[in-house]
Amino acid sequence: MTTETENIESLVNRRYEHGFVTDIDSDSLPPGLDEDVVRAISARKEEPEFMLEWRLRAYRLWLEMREPTWAHVHYPPIDFNEISYFSAPKSDKDRPKSLDEVDPKLLETYDKLGIPLHERARLAGVAVDAVFDSVSVATTFKEKLSEAGVIFCSFSEAVKNHPELVQKYLGTVVPQRDNFYAALNSAVFSDGSFVYVPKGVRCPMELSTYFRINAANTGQFERTLIVADEGSHVSYLEGCTAPMRDENQLHAAVVELVALEGAEIKYSTVQNWYPGDENGKGGIFNFVTKRGDCRGANSKISWTQVETGSAITWKYPSCILRGDNSVGEFYSVAVANNFQQADTGTKMIHIGRNTRSTIVSKGISAGRAQNAYRGLVRVMPQARDARNHTQCDSLLIGKDCGAHTFPYMEIKNPSARVEHEATTSKISANQLFYCRQRGISEEDAVNMIVNGFCKEVFKELPMEFAVEAQNLLNVSLEGAVG
Amino acid sequence: MLEIKDLKASTGDTPILNGLSLTVKAGEVHAIMGPNGSGKSTLAQVIAGHEDYVVTEGSVEYKGRDLLELAPEERAREGIFLGFQYPVEIPGVNNAYLLKAALNAKRKHHGVDEVDAFEFLKLAREKMALLGMDPKFLNRGVNEGFSGGEKKRNEILQLAMLEPELAILDETDSGLDIDALKAVAQGVNALRSPDRAIVLVTHYQRLLDYVEPDVVHVLSGGKILRSGDKSLALELEEKGYDWVREAANA
Repeated sequence: MTTETENIESLVNRRYEHGFVTDIDSDSLPPGLDEDVVRAISARKEEPEFMLEWRLRAYRLWLEMREPTWAHVHYPPIDFNEISYFSAPKSDKDRPKSLDEVDPKLLETYDKLGIPLHERARLAGVAVDAVFDSVSVATTFKEKLSEAGVIFCSFSEAVKNHPELVQKYLGTVVPQRDNFYAALNSAVFSDGSFVYVPKGVRCPMELSTYFRINAANTGQFERTLIVADEGSHVSYLEGCTAPMRDENQLHAAVVELVALEGAEIKYSTVQNWYPGDENGKGGIFNFVTKRGDCRGANSKISWTQVETGSAITWKYPSCILRGDNSVGEFYSVAVANNFQQADTGTKMIHIGRNTRSTIVSKGISAGRAQNAYRGLVRVMPQARDARNHTQCDSLLIGKDCGAHTFPYMEIKNPSARVEHEATTSKISANQLFYCRQRGISEEDAVNMIVNGFCKEVFKELPMEFAVEAQNLLNVSLEGAVG
Repeated sequence: MLEIKDLKASTGDTPILNGLSLTVKAGEVHAIMGPNGSGKSTLAQVIAGHEDYVVTEGSVEYKGRDLLELAPEERAREGIFLGFQYPVEIPGVNNAYLLKAALNAKRKHHGVDEVDAFEFLKLAREKMALLGMDPKFLNRGVNEGFSGGEKKRNEILQLAMLEPELAILDETDSGLDIDALKAVAQGVNALRSPDRAIVLVTHYQRLLDYVEPDVVHVLSGGKILRSGDKSLALELEEKGYDWVREAANA
C-alpha cells in the first residue's frame, strides 16, 4: 500500500506547461474600485451613455451584495481593492487590422501554447477572436461570416457598432443583480465576444475564442453575449490557458446565450487556467456565471465543458427552458488535481411545456483535490410533461482526494419525469497493474481509464476540440496514479 | 528461459516464498500445483512484477537477464504474459482499445511497425474465430459485466494476440464449465512451440487432461517440494497434498 501512495504522489506532481509571461507593456488602471474606476473603464472604451449607466447601476447593486459562501470551496478573502480593473495592450489606438500586424510576441505566446493562429484559423476554418488580456487583438474570417450576416466581434465593437442589439439583449439572461460576481462583472467588464446569428442562418463555421490572462494582478471580467435568432444555428468554442503566477488571480466572467424560436446554440469550453503549484500556491480563482435562455419554442442550448484548470472553479452553466419543447443539455468533465477545488454543475429550469434536459457530469479528482457536482433541476408548476435525466459520475485517483455530489430537485408539476443516477469509482492499483502487465505504461493506462470514463462527454465536443480536450486531460493528470 | 534461484518474497511482513527454485526451458509446459496458500499465485505475481510483493532474497533470470530489475510493463513487452486469476474490470475502456494498445506497446518496443485499426481487427477476428468467441466481445468494456468464463476467455484472447514467449496462467481453469475449459486448453495448445514456455498454475488435474505438461511441480509452504512428470498430477489427484508434505518432512 505504501508503494501505491508514493506512486500517486510522485506521478501527480507535474508542472503546468503554459507557465510563462509575455513581456508586453500593459496600460493598466491602478488597483481599486469605485465609481470613478467604472467611469474610467467606460471612457477608455469610448462607450455610449447607456453602457455607462448600466455599469454604474451594476456597481451600486454590487456594493449591497455579499460574496457567496455556499460553495464547497475554501480560499483566503479577496480584497477587491487590490485588483486592477483594466488592462489593455499599449498599442490600443492603432489596433492591428490583420494577424501580420499583431505584436510578434503575442504570436510567439500562442506558439508556446501550441496554438498557431494562422495555421489553425486557415486549416480548421475556424474564426478566431483572440482576447489577449482585455482587448481583442486579432479577428479573422470576418468577411465570410458577414456574407452570411453573422456578427462575430469583440464586445466593445458590438457596443459601438450594434448598440441596439446589445441594449436589447444584455443582462436579459443574467441580470446585473443575479449574483455577487455577475454584478461585479456587469460593472467592470473589460471585453469579450459578441455573436448574433440572424433568422434562419446556419453559421458557416465554428466560432472560437481563446482567452488568456496575462497582466499581473489584473482581474479578468469577460462578457460574452450570443444571440441566435429564429431558426438559426451556431456552435461556439471557448478555450483558455494562462501563464504561471504566484498571487491568485480573480476571474469572473459572464456568458449569456439567447436562443429564439427553433434556434440552436452549442457552447463548448476547454478551460485550462493555471491551477496553482503542487502545494496549492497561486492559480486562478474562476467565478463564472454562464446561462442560456431557450426563449423560443423548439429551441435548444447545449453546454459542453472540459474543466482542467484554475485553483478554484465556481461555475454552473445553466439553461432556462422557457419555450415549449425546448431542450437543454449539459455535458461536463471536471478534473481537479493537487489542491484544486471545483464546485461545478448546472441548473435546468423547466418553464415551458414538454421541455427536456440532459445532464452528464464526470468529475475526476486526484492528489488532494476536492471536486463537487452541484446541480439543480427545477420544474415550474406550468411546465407540463417536463423530462430530465441526470447522470453524475465521479472517479477518484489516490486516497487523499474527494468527490461530492449535491443534487437539488424542485418539482412542482406532477407530470414531470426526473431521473438521477450517480456513481463513484476509483482507479485501482489492480487496474493499473493489469494494464502494465499487458505492456502499457502506467501513464498510458491512467489516460486510457480516464478517457474511457469521459467518453460520453468527449463525443459531444466538436472534432478538433475533442482531440485537444483529450490531450489536455492527459497532460493535467500526467502521473496522477493510484 | 526462466531460472529462479532460492527466491524469497513477502507481502507486508508476511514471508510467502521461502527459497523457491525453478527452471523452465523454451518449449516446455510446466504445471505448478499445490494447496491454497502455498504461494502459487504469489510466484506468478512476482514474475509479473506486482509491487505488493517484495523479493528479499534469491534471483530470477529471464532470457539471461535479471528480471527483477524490469518494470512490469517492460517484462510484458519482453514477452512475459500473466493470465490473471481475477481479471479486473475497466469500465468504459473498449476491449479492442486495450488489446490494440497492448499489442502496439510490444511492437514498438521491438522496433516493429504498429498495427493500424484494420490490421488489428483482422487479426483479432482470426483469433476470436479460433477460440470460438463472439466478435462483439471487442466492443465491450474490458471485462465489464463479463461472466467468470468470459473473463477467462478474454485472457486467452489476449494471450493469443500477444503471443508471449513465457505465459503464466494463474488458475485460468478454475470456475470454468467444460466448454470454456476446452476453449482455454485450445488457446494454450495453439501457443505451444519450441520457442515458448508455458507455466500453468492450477489446483486441479482437470486442465492437464487437455494440456499435457512436461513437468509437474508441487508447491507447498513457499517451496517446491517435489517435481515429476504428468503422472505426479494424477497421483496428487488421488492422494491429495498431505502425502507430498509428509514425504518431504520425512
